[in-house]
Amino acid sequence: MRIVVCVKHVPDLQAERSLDAAGHLVRGDDDVLNELDENAVEAALALAEAVGGEVVALTMGPDDAVDAVRRALQMGAASGVHVVDERAAGSDVVGTARVLAAAVRKVGEEAPVDLVVTGMASMDGLTAMLPSALAASLELPQLTLAGRVAIDGRTVTVTRTIGDADEVLAAELPLVLSVTDQANEPRYPNFKAIMAAKKRPVAIWDLDDLSLASTGAEADGGPEVGTAGAGAVVVSAAPRPPREAGRVITDSGDAGTQLAAYLVENKLV
Amino acid sequence: MTTLTGTVLVVVDHAGGALTGPSAEVLTLARGLTTGDVDAVALAEPDTTALARLGVATVHVPDLGPLAPEIAPVAAEAVLAVVAAVRPEAVLLVSSFAGKEVAARLAVALGSGAVVDATAVSVDGGGRLLASRSVLQGTWETSCAVRRGLPVVAVKPTAVEAADAPVPGPATVSAVPVTFSAVARAVRVVSRTAHPGGSRAPLGEAKVVVVGGRGVEGDFSLVEQLADEIGGAVGATRVATDEGWIDHSAQVGQTGVTISPRLYVGLGVSGAIHHTAGMQTAETIVVVNNDPEAPIFEIADLGVVGDLTEVVPQAVAELRRLRQG
Repeated sequence: MRIVVCVKHVPDLQAERSLDAAGHLVRGDDDVLNELDENAVEAALALAEAVGGEVVALTMGPDDAVDAVRRALQMGAASGVHVVDERAAGSDVVGTARVLAAAVRKVGEEAPVDLVVTGMASMDGLTAMLPSALAASLELPQLTLAGRVAIDGRTVTVTRTIGDADEVLAAELPLVLSVTDQANEPRYPNFKAIMAAKKRPVAIWDLDDLSLASTGAEADGGPEVGTAGAGAVVVSAAPRPPREAGRVITDSGDAGTQLAAYLVENKLV
Repeated sequence: MTTLTGTVLVVVDHAGGALTGPSAEVLTLARGLTTGDVDAVALAEPDTTALARLGVATVHVPDLGPLAPEIAPVAAEAVLAVVAAVRPEAVLLVSSFAGKEVAARLAVALGSGAVVDATAVSVDGGGRLLASRSVLQGTWETSCAVRRGLPVVAVKPTAVEAADAPVPGPATVSAVPVTFSAVARAVRVVSRTAHPGGSRAPLGEAKVVVVGGRGVEGDFSLVEQLADEIGGAVGATRVATDEGWIDHSAQVGQTGVTISPRLYVGLGVSGAIHHTAGMQTAETIVVVNNDPEAPIFEIADLGVVGDLTEVVPQAVAELRRLRQG
């Protein structure tokens, strides 16, 4: 079985994060693999181990983004693909899905791809739109937000909690799968795995390799990616004034009474 | 304020046969965006009484046949069939996980763009829809526009107050035939079990939320007591759900439910970044924690350093006294 897992390099949650004048996320030196993608890599590896197969890690982003692929290789992916092209900068989720879909198709030219796995969301955008946008671009069925995944032959069954219901869904390969942080405990690569990962190949592709246009007239179907291809754009961005710490009281026997008075006086209840 | 003149189409949700609160909010918002009609797409038996009250002109009911509306491609293709018939100027949805998935598929299919988690929507001078969105854990405010094709915007629950229309709409039901793709038919719903909702408001829609964290040490009874006293929903941190103290659906935070209530009360919540990401935009934050160093105190409007087993019962008793007095 051939599995492509999509990974993303994102700013560390613990770091100060900001947007630039164009409303794009400022990338930094301490960017990391999106932690929700660790669950995706783990799910992909576990499925490949269960039924025999290999995992290809795919990312799109600037030069540094290859670190996300490297991390997936250290965890056990067999090879990697890094789509890097300045013309793809500023892509919205639809453009990103187009790029990743084109890359998945290209990976599939050597041997068919049975499954594409993603995390549930990226910690920078948190829109949770990419898995569905990618499935739509690939014209494949989608099983999303899986808290548990099982495979039997060509049938994938997932269990998920969505809104107020528990659902069990099933579909046949090929498909797009997204997993939540409940799906597994991601493995931690040991020294041997880290050394072995250094020898694994990472293909570097640009938009030309994927036959995608970042320019062109709307009438001709372009531009498909990048800033010019983005249907949704940020027109303004400003930091919110930070929340200020308010009143802190240390309980000396009547804090509960004070808390109740605060809620009533401020008409909060 | 500039408005649209054409139809705004709202994808509405139902629960137990009734229109949901967040859907009523989005319909209310939609009325303010256009001088034209507000139409609804219902993927279940429509609550026409509520839809009429909210000013809906036409309720489009796509024929799903044996297919389930919970499957995103099914919902998206049904909405696309209505879009083709109605030619709206904008499509609005509720920004739930399901709504965001449908929004993403609509944007791909329409070659337009989608904005999700919108907290406000307006029309600019050029007739473009502008949607406000807070990002990076509520530390940045952005305004986004869809600059091509049919704009798709998913609106965050509790972002607007629902209000009945000054003049009710006819809410005329119109059946819409749909031809589904192989992709939409590919996913089977093996089983679906709805959680008993109980008497409390759903977490993502509640104006008041009481959250229990590690500090409740496995006992959610005080959280529930306070929630019931002040008419709130019950939430939990990831630690509390991972420990099995309460169902996973109660998890507030980055990978759980994102909430933006009028009042957030945290009991024994330390304020890990994954949790604060999902509640930082609450209007008022009140916390009780016995650790004065807990980071949650940095964002609290009122912080109580104390033992919640003493503070909470006292607060509940005082609330009762004040409200009866």
